[in-house]
Amino acid sequence: MNTGYRKKNKHYDVIVVGAGHAGCEAALASARLGLKTLILTINLDKIALMPCNPSIGGVGKTQLVLELDAAGGQMAKTADETAIQMRILNRSRGPAVQALRAQIDKKEYEIEMKKILENTNNLVLVQGTVDNIIVENNRAAGVTIESGPAFYSDSIIVTSGTFLQGRIIIGKKDYAAGRMGEYPSMKLTNSLKSLGFEMDRFQTATPPRLDKRTIDFSGLQIQAGEDIPVSFSSWNKEKIFENIPSFLTYTNEETHDFIRKNIEFSPIKSGMVNTHGPRHCPSIDRKVINYENKKRHPVFIEPEGKYSNEAYLQGLTTSMPANIQQLMINTVPGLEKARIVRPGYAVEYDYLLPGQLKHTLESKKVKNLFFAGQIIGTSGYEEAAALGFVAGINASLNILQKPPFILKRNECYIGVLIDDIITKELYEPYRIYTSRSEYRLILRPDNADIRLCKKGYEAGLIKDIQYKKVLEKINNINLCIKFLTLYKINPTVKNNILLKEIGTSAVNSTTSMYSLLKRPEINIMDLVKIFAQAEKFNDKIFKQAEINIKYKGYIERELSEARKLANIDNYYINNEIDYFKINGLTHEAKEKLTKTKPETLGQASRVAGVSPSDISILMIYLKQYEK
Amino acid sequence: MIVKKTAKDTIAALATRAGESAICIIRLSGSASVKIADRIYKAKNGRPVKQMQTFSASYGFIIDKKKETLDQVILTLMKAPKSYTREDIVEINCHGGIFAANKILELCIDNGARLAEPGEFTKRAFLNGRIDLSQAEAVIEIINAKTEESMKIAAKNINGKTGEKIKNLKSSVLDVLVELEASIDFIEEDLEITPYEKIRKKIEDISGEIKTLIEDEKRGEIIKNGLKIVIAGKPNVGKSSLLNALAKKEKAIVTHIPGTTRDAIEEILYIDGIPVILTDTAGIRKSRNIIEKIGVGKSIRHIEESDLVIMVIDCTGTIDKTDLEIYKKIKDKNNILCINKTDLGCIIKKSDINKFASAKNIIKISAKHGKGIGRLEECIKNSVFDGKEFNIEDRIFINNRQKNILKNVLTLLKSANDAMKINMSEEFPVSDLKIANNLLGEITGQIIADEVLDKIFSKFCIGK
Ligand SMILES: Nc1nc2c(ncn2[C@@H]2O[C@H](COP(=O)(O)OP(=O)(O)OP(=O)(O)O)[C@@H](O)[C@H]2O)c(=O)[nH]1
Ligand SMILES: [Mg+2]
Repeated sequence: MNTGYRKKNKHYDVIVVGAGHAGCEAALASARLGLKTLILTINLDKIALMPCNPSIGGVGKTQLVLELDAAGGQMAKTADETAIQMRILNRSRGPAVQALRAQIDKKEYEIEMKKILENTNNLVLVQGTVDNIIVENNRAAGVTIESGPAFYSDSIIVTSGTFLQGRIIIGKKDYAAGRMGEYPSMKLTNSLKSLGFEMDRFQTATPPRLDKRTIDFSGLQIQAGEDIPVSFSSWNKEKIFENIPSFLTYTNEETHDFIRKNIEFSPIKSGMVNTHGPRHCPSIDRKVINYENKKRHPVFIEPEGKYSNEAYLQGLTTSMPANIQQLMINTVPGLEKARIVRPGYAVEYDYLLPGQLKHTLESKKVKNLFFAGQIIGTSGYEEAAALGFVAGINASLNILQKPPFILKRNECYIGVLIDDIITKELYEPYRIYTSRSEYRLILRPDNADIRLCKKGYEAGLIKDIQYKKVLEKINNINLCIKFLTLYKINPTVKNNILLKEIGTSAVNSTTSMYSLLKRPEINIMDLVKIFAQAEKFNDKIFKQAEINIKYKGYIERELSEARKLANIDNYYINNEIDYFKINGLTHEAKEKLTKTKPETLGQASRVAGVSPSDISILMIYLKQYEK
Repeated sequence: MIVKKTAKDTIAALATRAGESAICIIRLSGSASVKIADRIYKAKNGRPVKQMQTFSASYGFIIDKKKETLDQVILTLMKAPKSYTREDIVEINCHGGIFAANKILELCIDNGARLAEPGEFTKRAFLNGRIDLSQAEAVIEIINAKTEESMKIAAKNINGKTGEKIKNLKSSVLDVLVELEASIDFIEEDLEITPYEKIRKKIEDISGEIKTLIEDEKRGEIIKNGLKIVIAGKPNVGKSSLLNALAKKEKAIVTHIPGTTRDAIEEILYIDGIPVILTDTAGIRKSRNIIEKIGVGKSIRHIEESDLVIMVIDCTGTIDKTDLEIYKKIKDKNNILCINKTDLGCIIKKSDINKFASAKNIIKISAKHGKGIGRLEECIKNSVFDGKEFNIEDRIFINNRQKNILKNVLTLLKSANDAMKINMSEEFPVSDLKIANNLLGEITGQIIADEVLDKIFSKFCIGK
């Protein structure tokens, strides 16, 4: 519907504030959908920065990257382009929890991403610090930047990361900064607050970086990557990556004693930081204090890039004074003579309580104003990118007056991520884990393309040929399963010897490959190889068929649960509903629901303090209300 | 006047069941409780209910429409939110018997209260978040309680004992879940992971506890509803005599004529505190008599519905085809064989019976002379409680809904264990255990988001 509303001086369709991982994906999505897009960022030399660990992926995060890729996002491709080591995690486990973890050349990633942004049609990059959001008639209308000018647009996406009122803490010193050495954004918070948004503060921290040449690697455990072809992006051909290793060392009692002796400099004691930080990234100070009995903590030394001598110290996050950090790391084997080139530090920043957003990441208060990334309380490049992507698509679809792009928690981890942050109260920066999904066994990395491609295609970010490729894959998997059902193995002596060779027991009646695959010890590639059928389908298809057959019981149970969820997740709740008028709801439920304003009955059921009986009462009420 | 039912209005009901106690309680709950009480009650000290302190009592009179005193009562006030329903509650204890109590209830209704539906107080307590689901169910069972022993069981549940027990089970499942889950998401961490073998042992222990609960549920059911015992056998073997001997009174007619008992006779009695519903049946034989035929048919139905069958055999006769046929009908049930009339000298020996029945529950008695009845009672008790000392006080009983959930949990635990047995990786047993954990949370009505993750963080040192 066209409201006839026209903006004066409109320059752009979409303005993206910030060019981190969220901003890049948001801007690319909207520009690729044909909308005139502007990125405004504080420093054009700092695009797609990785201010913390030099890696992408990991358990759970891999799913985010692959889903993003399947729906038309960028991160996976750029990661493939710039990885200097790829590792498969959880290799001994089932397909649902296997993961890729890439060591990335940080600088190259920035350069690559900037190159892509600069060469994307409809996309303009301008340096500037946004200090105000202009809202007209309750709609986002534009922004102004500190140096004065205003830019007008239909939609705005704020992806300002940790920059809002950023405050860096190192030892007993603190100062305003977005990241180490970068200007913060001090005014935007007030603009958001004056629009009625609720903000709070979080904190995060990063470890020191060392000069690689000062590390003695000789006694350290080497952690190399894979020598087999892999890739994040399912559109890329798998390849063998460069394999610059990481190293593993451990802290010791000496380190711990040193930390204990100097604990007064740690924010634990100094009181310099009293906001919540992520539990998955505690400082070494905290680990030593909380786990007194642990004799050592692992420290991974990771390369920051091919042409950089900087090394990242995964596990030694701290914001103690720089000289203390230096002495502390010198107690660690291999680092006795190591020199810190950048000290670790903590950063505290404003974030917007994400409960104020819809599943599209549009704010409930101001139309066409979207938020994504660390500013809405998440942590991690992958999480930021996924959110940016969803915000970018929805900002565009709004303008194009098309139905929204909503990813549900029973479809993908991106859906879990969004639903979690807008529904639950956050006590720390949010990170994805596979355990956050109720449907881990169906939301696998190996079927991310099957799950998300259609969504991306419908949104307009996946091309016809790409979509056809995935449809063909689905079709082939079905054909393969059929083939395996029909291919029968007779109980001949020869066959039974072959079966024994691949480590399984004999068959005593005619048995299909399908039923043989139910045996946990059988691997499909062995099976088709001995029966000379390996050329029938490609390995990927065989493996998909195997997963579907082998874990059928588990998969079907989750599918049926996922369908049940879909029932209540497709049950939309009218925004105007007055929960205090519903008899029978507990007082707690009334309060929480009023505060959260869930969009669907499913979301309501996940609000803390709302019980199953509250949901049945709500459902009865809604049914009456509909009539 | 048409009163629209809403959850907001004030409800009233007799809180003690009629005829059970000399004191009757009329209970009001809702925002108008105090107002209604003040309309019908005059305190001796003149202070209106409105000015009473919460959780205090007052002595006074109920005054009816004609300004006449209906009864002397004690009135207690429990104000929201600390009352049972989290609403204002007024309780009126009256001594004038059920007639006066009904009059007072009528008065309450005339003054704006609505008659509560069965269990509505409890429902309100539950909806207002005062009690969890298992406590609510316990209260409903109190309302339906039949025997004194079952009151005790219900009383235990309302203390939250079932809830407590299930919470403990849930926390054990959660422990296991956390162990397995941590190793998936935190593979890159330096965590000490418990080996499968140990985890499987833990799961078996949990399963064992759940099985005991389910077993106890069966016994709890018996204690609540009474143990249904049926006496069966051929005509004239002394069935009715046995009923009389156990009941310790002449309830059934005893004659020397076979076929005396035509219709089933029921007697309620207690054996060591266990309520027993004892049924004497018509003797089973091929009969042409239509009345007797119906009686025999009934006997067979009674056998099917019973918890325990006592088959009586006359030791002065012989074991014949009819005996064997009767035995066939009861052999799959919990049963006791009584060799009766032993005072007359036995022709049939235990060994004759052992030829077709197991030696376990054969008891020699003389129904007429009350011999062996003590041993029979002992045997009845054992057949229910497996010879174990069964102390009501320290058992936890669950209800049917809880039992069904626990059965599902058992299946899931087994599936998780099976997956580990064939070395499937953690996410598969976790998939079962997660559902089990949620099901257990359903029993107490407490489902906590992110509890697994929270526990992982509190238990392990995460963060490289
Ligand atoms: N001596 C002796 N006589 C018994 C004993 N038990 C029962 N009798 C006698 O056996 C006869 C039948 O007893 P009932 O108790 O009526 O037998 P029943 O099995 O109920 O018979 P029906 O109702 O006809 O099937 C009566 O004359 C009883 O007095 C016993 O233990 N000793
Ligand atoms: Mg009789």
